[in-house]
Amino acid sequence: MSSARSEPHPPEPDAPTDGASDGPADGSADGPRVALKILVAGGFGVGKTTLVGAVSEIRPLRTEEALTDVSVGVDDLDGVAAKTTTTVAMDFGRITLRDGVAIYLFGTPGQERFWFMWNELSLGALGAVVLADTRRLTASFASIDYFERKGTPFVVAVNCFDEADRYEPHEIRTALALDPHVPVLLCDARHATSAKEVLVSLVEHALRLVGGSRVQGAHP
Amino acid sequence: MDRDAAGAPDRGGTGRERWLDAAAGPVVRPYAVTRGRTRPNGEPLDIVTILVATGRRPAEPGRLSRQQRRMLALCRRPSALADLASDLDLPLGVIRVLAGDLLDSGLVDVQRWSPAPDPLNANPTGRPHAGAPHTDPNLLRKVLDELRAL
Repeated sequence: MSSARSEPHPPEPDAPTDGASDGPADGSADGPRVALKILVAGGFGVGKTTLVGAVSEIRPLRTEEALTDVSVGVDDLDGVAAKTTTTVAMDFGRITLRDGVAIYLFGTPGQERFWFMWNELSLGALGAVVLADTRRLTASFASIDYFERKGTPFVVAVNCFDEADRYEPHEIRTALALDPHVPVLLCDARHATSAKEVLVSLVEHALRLVGGSRVQGAHP
Repeated sequence: MDRDAAGAPDRGGTGRERWLDAAAGPVVRPYAVTRGRTRPNGEPLDIVTILVATGRRPAEPGRLSRQQRRMLALCRRPSALADLASDLDLPLGVIRVLAGDLLDSGLVDVQRWSPAPDPLNANPTGRPHAGAPHTDPNLLRKVLDELRAL
């Protein structure tokens, strides 16, 4: 994450080395000041983890269904004792920008039983990337419906697997019955440049939706 | 938890955590960490809520769990809940409860976001953005510029 650009700001002081922690070594010396969430959704095996890993360092995260999904009073052990917990593992990645701005990418499990996590993740999210595979376009329907209903800005990125037929974005748009304003782009989730373009497209889209468009290629 | 170690007959034996009473049933370990609680006090914290240590000293350091002490140490640098969960290898729900305790006791604060006035990128109205960061055009523009330059 080191940049070759000339920085107008003085270099940040080195982070205090904390031997016990395996903290990030990506230049986030002072920790984030503001964090933005981006969800990466799509069917199983469509490349969500690959995309997150292409632009950031993947880190594991566990959450527990019963802990977040069940309403139990504080110190109410009676309610807890009967519950079985399901640990849900998910990946996340962080992109640290300047001035304490951090983007957190969450690859969300696609199965419906994990949708309680989606509700939490989509709240206050900058937006979402719906990754699609042209061989299984129907696997993206649920994600698209979800973000449309929630009003979460999203783009559809078709992960171009080598062995899959190529389609043009307008064909994908028609097949997915997308609103005309939703960006559709082809990508290769393995490559940082391509994955980055997907994120750029999402942020442009989110910016248009909040009425701040002063963006190249923005629709009038 | 070490104080009663001398009287513990089955230390590391049955795998049952001895400080739970039997009535608690087959409770998994994360609940032991949170002393049985599944919900933090107050508003649930977002997965990217940033916590930062206030620098205040704990009144009774002995009452903090080992995990809370580690969390407090990590929060000397602003840390998002997701980072804390990953660094401490604890489920997010557990982190929320422990963080709630640290907030209640004034040892950490939630990092509030306030849009910095930016003379180069001031919006046409000149008013600062009043909403959340994810809908702040100035912040999104900045993110866009930096993403493109990565």
